[in-house]
Amino acid sequence: MSSVAASSPGVPPLPRVVPQVHWQERLAQGLLLACCAALALFLLGPLVAILVKSVQDKDGAFVGLLQFREYFATPALRESIWNTLWVATTVTAITVPAAFVFAYALTRSRMPGKIVFRMIALTPILAPSLLSSISFIQWFGTQGVLKHLLGSTSIYGPLGIIMSSIYATFPHALMIVLTALLLSDGRLYEAAESLRTPTWRKFFTITLPGAKYGLVSAAMVVFSYTVSDFGIPKVIGGNFNILAIDIFKQVIGQQNFNKGAVVSLVLLLPVLVAFLVDWWMQGRMQSQFSSRAVPYVPKKKRWFDLAMFVYCATVATLMLLVLGMAVYTSFIKLWPYDLSFSLRHYQFGLIDGGVISSFFNSLEMALFTAVFGTAFIFATAYLLEKTRGAGWTKSAVRLLAAIPMAVPGMVLGLGYILFFNHPDNPLGVLYQTMTILVLSTVVHYYTSSHLTAVTALKALDNEFEAVSASLKVPFYKTFFRVTVPVCLPAILDIGRYLFVNAMVTISAVVFLYSPDTQLAAVAILNLDEAGEIGAAAAMATLIVVASTLVCIAYALVTRFLLTRTQQWRATPIA
Amino acid sequence: MKFAMTMRAVASTVAIAFASASGVAMAEKTTLNVYTALETDQLKAYTEGFNKVHPDIELKWTRDSTGVITAKLLAEKANPQADVVFGTSASSLAVFDNEGMLLPYAPKGLDKVSAKYRDPKNPPAWVGMDVYGAAICFNTVEAKKQNLPKPETWADLLKPVYKGKIVMPNPASSGTGNFDVTAWIQMWGDQKAWKYMDDLHQNIAQYTHSGSKPCKQAAAGEFPIGITFEYRAVNTKKQGAPIDVIFPKEGLGWDLESSGIMKNTKKLDAAKALMDWMVTPAAMELYGKNFAVLAVPGIAKPLDFVPADYEQRLIKNDFAWSAKNRDKILAEWSKRYDGKSEAK
Repeated sequence: MSSVAASSPGVPPLPRVVPQVHWQERLAQGLLLACCAALALFLLGPLVAILVKSVQDKDGAFVGLLQFREYFATPALRESIWNTLWVATTVTAITVPAAFVFAYALTRSRMPGKIVFRMIALTPILAPSLLSSISFIQWFGTQGVLKHLLGSTSIYGPLGIIMSSIYATFPHALMIVLTALLLSDGRLYEAAESLRTPTWRKFFTITLPGAKYGLVSAAMVVFSYTVSDFGIPKVIGGNFNILAIDIFKQVIGQQNFNKGAVVSLVLLLPVLVAFLVDWWMQGRMQSQFSSRAVPYVPKKKRWFDLAMFVYCATVATLMLLVLGMAVYTSFIKLWPYDLSFSLRHYQFGLIDGGVISSFFNSLEMALFTAVFGTAFIFATAYLLEKTRGAGWTKSAVRLLAAIPMAVPGMVLGLGYILFFNHPDNPLGVLYQTMTILVLSTVVHYYTSSHLTAVTALKALDNEFEAVSASLKVPFYKTFFRVTVPVCLPAILDIGRYLFVNAMVTISAVVFLYSPDTQLAAVAILNLDEAGEIGAAAAMATLIVVASTLVCIAYALVTRFLLTRTQQWRATPIA
Repeated sequence: MKFAMTMRAVASTVAIAFASASGVAMAEKTTLNVYTALETDQLKAYTEGFNKVHPDIELKWTRDSTGVITAKLLAEKANPQADVVFGTSASSLAVFDNEGMLLPYAPKGLDKVSAKYRDPKNPPAWVGMDVYGAAICFNTVEAKKQNLPKPETWADLLKPVYKGKIVMPNPASSGTGNFDVTAWIQMWGDQKAWKYMDDLHQNIAQYTHSGSKPCKQAAAGEFPIGITFEYRAVNTKKQGAPIDVIFPKEGLGWDLESSGIMKNTKKLDAAKALMDWMVTPAAMELYGKNFAVLAVPGIAKPLDFVPADYEQRLIKNDFAWSAKNRDKILAEWSKRYDGKSEAK
C-alpha cells in the first residue's frame, strides 16, 4: 500500500485508507485470476487436448518423442523451416514500416480524407483471405493482367505468399501502431518546438520511443500470423513448402493429428520468443501519457501533408485494386474467357448457396464476438496493466494472450472439438452452439486485440489509478469514468476489428459450425471448392458490402461518442 | 469485468435458448444428423428424394470437403455427433471402420450392389453409392495458343512439350492425388510407377492441395492441363469452361462415395431407413444424374462427356492395400518430389 502512496507525491498516506484499498486490490486480483482461468479454459484446454497428441500414436498410446523424431527426419523439413522464417521476416520487415507510416499520416498530419483512408485500410479483412489470393492470381497469374510486371518470376511461390501476406496483415499491424501513436503527449512536441528541435530529431526522440511497444507488438503479430496462416500459401504458394502447409497436409490431407500436433508445437516457438521480448520490454516502457498530458495537435504543413496524402492514397489504391478485381470477377461470366457482364453469380449465390440464413448467422456471430470479445479483452488488459501484485497471474495472462496468433485456426478448431466434445467435459453443452463459435473466434483473434488494448493502456499514466486510490475512488469507477472514455478510440477499433474478422473467419469455425449455425464464409469456401469462383466472389462481395455498411454506421456512432468523450482531443480521429 | 461476465452469461443463455427452441419445433420429426462430403446441389435432390419416402425423418446435413469432414469425425470420436456418414470417400469410411466407429448393417437390397463397390465384410460397415475416377482437364483455347497436342494417355503427359503445363493434386493433401499415385503403382508395379512419376515431375508446374483445383486452374487457363476427377471435370465443362475431359486408357484410379451408420447413434431406425433408401433404384437414378458408374449395375445412363467404356477403364482397386501402404507411399513421394520442387 505504501507504494501507492509513494508514487503519488503530495497525498499523505492516511492509515484508515489501507483496509479499503486492500480490499479493492484483492478484488482486482481476483478478477484477473478469473480472466486468466477463462483464458486457460477456452485457449489452453483445447490446445493441450490436441497438442498432447504429439507424444501419442494414432491409438492414443504414449510414444514419447517418436513423432518428433519421425517428423524431423523428413528431408524437406529443413527447407520448410528456412522458407517459413525468411518469408515471415520479409513480410514483417515490409508490413510494419508501411503500417507505421500510414498510422503516422493518420495521426501526425492534417491531410484530408483520414476517415476514408482508415476504412480502406480495413478492406483486407472485409473479405475472406481466399478472395484476395484469387484476386492476386487474376492480376499476376499466368493469365494475369499485370503478369508482365513480374518478368519471369511466377506469382506462385514466395513472391505470391509475401504479397498476399503483406496485404492480409496490414490492418492487423495498423490497428496496434495507430493506437500507439494516438496517445502521445503534445507537451513533449511543444517543448521540442520551443527548443527548435529539428523534425527528424523529434521523430527519433519522441515519436519513435513512444511507439516502441506498439511497433514490437505489431511485428510479433505480423510474424506469427504469416507463420501460422495456411490459407494464403495453399492457394498461391505453388510448390513452396512452409510449416503451415505441413500442418494442412497432416491434418486435412492425411488426418494425422499426431504429426499435425508436432508441427503446431514447432509453430509455437516464435510465440515463446515474442513473449520473452515482451517480458524484457515490460520494465523499459514508460507511459508517455501522464495525467497532465495534452493531446498532440498536428499543425498544417503543406508539403508534409501532401506527401502523407500521396502515400496513403497509393496504399489505399493498391488495396482497392485487390478488392476491386474480386468484385469484378463476381460480375463477369467466366474468367478469363468471357468477360461480359452477368448477374448470374449473384442469382446462383443467393438462391442456391443457402446464403440468407448463413449470412444472418455470420452477422449474429460477428455481433456477439465484437461485443463480448471487446468487453472481455479490454477488461482483462486493464486488470493486467493497472492491478498491483499478482505477478504470476500477470505473466500467465501475458503468455496466454500471445499464443492465439501463432495457433493455426484448424488446430484451434480441432482442439475445441477434442476438448469440449469430450463426454466428461461438463461444458459439453456448448458444443454445436453459437456460443462456441463466438468463443473460438474471440480466442482466435485475441492477440491483436489484446496488444491494442495494452498499447492504449500503457500510454496512460498509472497516476490516474494512484490518485483515485488516494481519493478513495474504487478502481472500477476509475475504469468506467477515466480509462474507458480515454481509451474509447482503441476500444472501438477492437470492436470493429473483431466484427469484420468474425464475418470472414473460416479455419477454426469450419470444424465447429452445426447445421443450425452455418456461416457465410464457410459457404464461400465451399463455392470456391466447387469451382464456382464467380459465385464465391459474389457472396464475398455481399459480405464486403454488409461489413462496409456496418463500418459506416459504426463510424457515425463512433463520431458521436468521440465528440462526447474526446473533447480534450483537438483533432477528430477516425 | 462484472459487466463482461454478465454479458457472457446472457450470451450463453441466449444461445442455449435458441438451440432448444429450434429443438422443440422439430419435436414431432426424427432428426438425423448426417455428415457428408457431397456437393450442395446434390444434397438438395437427395434430401427431396428421401423425404418423398420418409417425410417423418428430417436430414440435418453437416457438409464439407472430404478432408475436413473426415478430420471432424475423427476428432469427435470420443463423443460422436453424427448418426450417419453419407456420401464420403470409401477410404475415409475404411479409416472409421478401423477405428471401430461404424455399425455394420446390410441395407435391404444389398444383394443388388456390385461386390466391388461395398465393404467386403458381411454385414458391410459401409456401402458404396457411385464411383468417381481420375480424369484430365485439358484447356483447348490455351492448347491452340501454345500449340499443345491433346494428350490421350498417362504416357502422353511425359512429352517434353508439356513441361510446366501440368498440375496435379499433392497425394499428401488430397484423396484424389492419392488414388492417382496408388493406381499407377497398382497398375505398373513399384519400379515402373516411380519411374513414371519421376518423369512426370519434370513436367509438373504445381502440386495443388485439392483434387478440384487442377481442373479449375485448367479451366481458367492458369495451367492448361489438370489431373483431377470425373465429376469435377464434367461439371466444369458443363459450366462452360473451354476444356476437354480425357480419361487415359491405361487405367484410372478411383474411389467411391459411400455411407455407413455411426455406432453410437440413438436413432438406429431412421439411420437404417436412410441406408435402405440409399441403395434403392430411385436413389441410384438420382446419383446417375451426376455419376456414370453406380454401385447397383444396370441403372446408370450414359452421361455427356463420359465415354461408354468408362467403367472398364477403372483399375482393380485394392482399398485395403492402399490404406496399409499409404504412409510408406507418401513418405517416398515426399522424399522424391517435395524437397526439390523448386527445380523446374
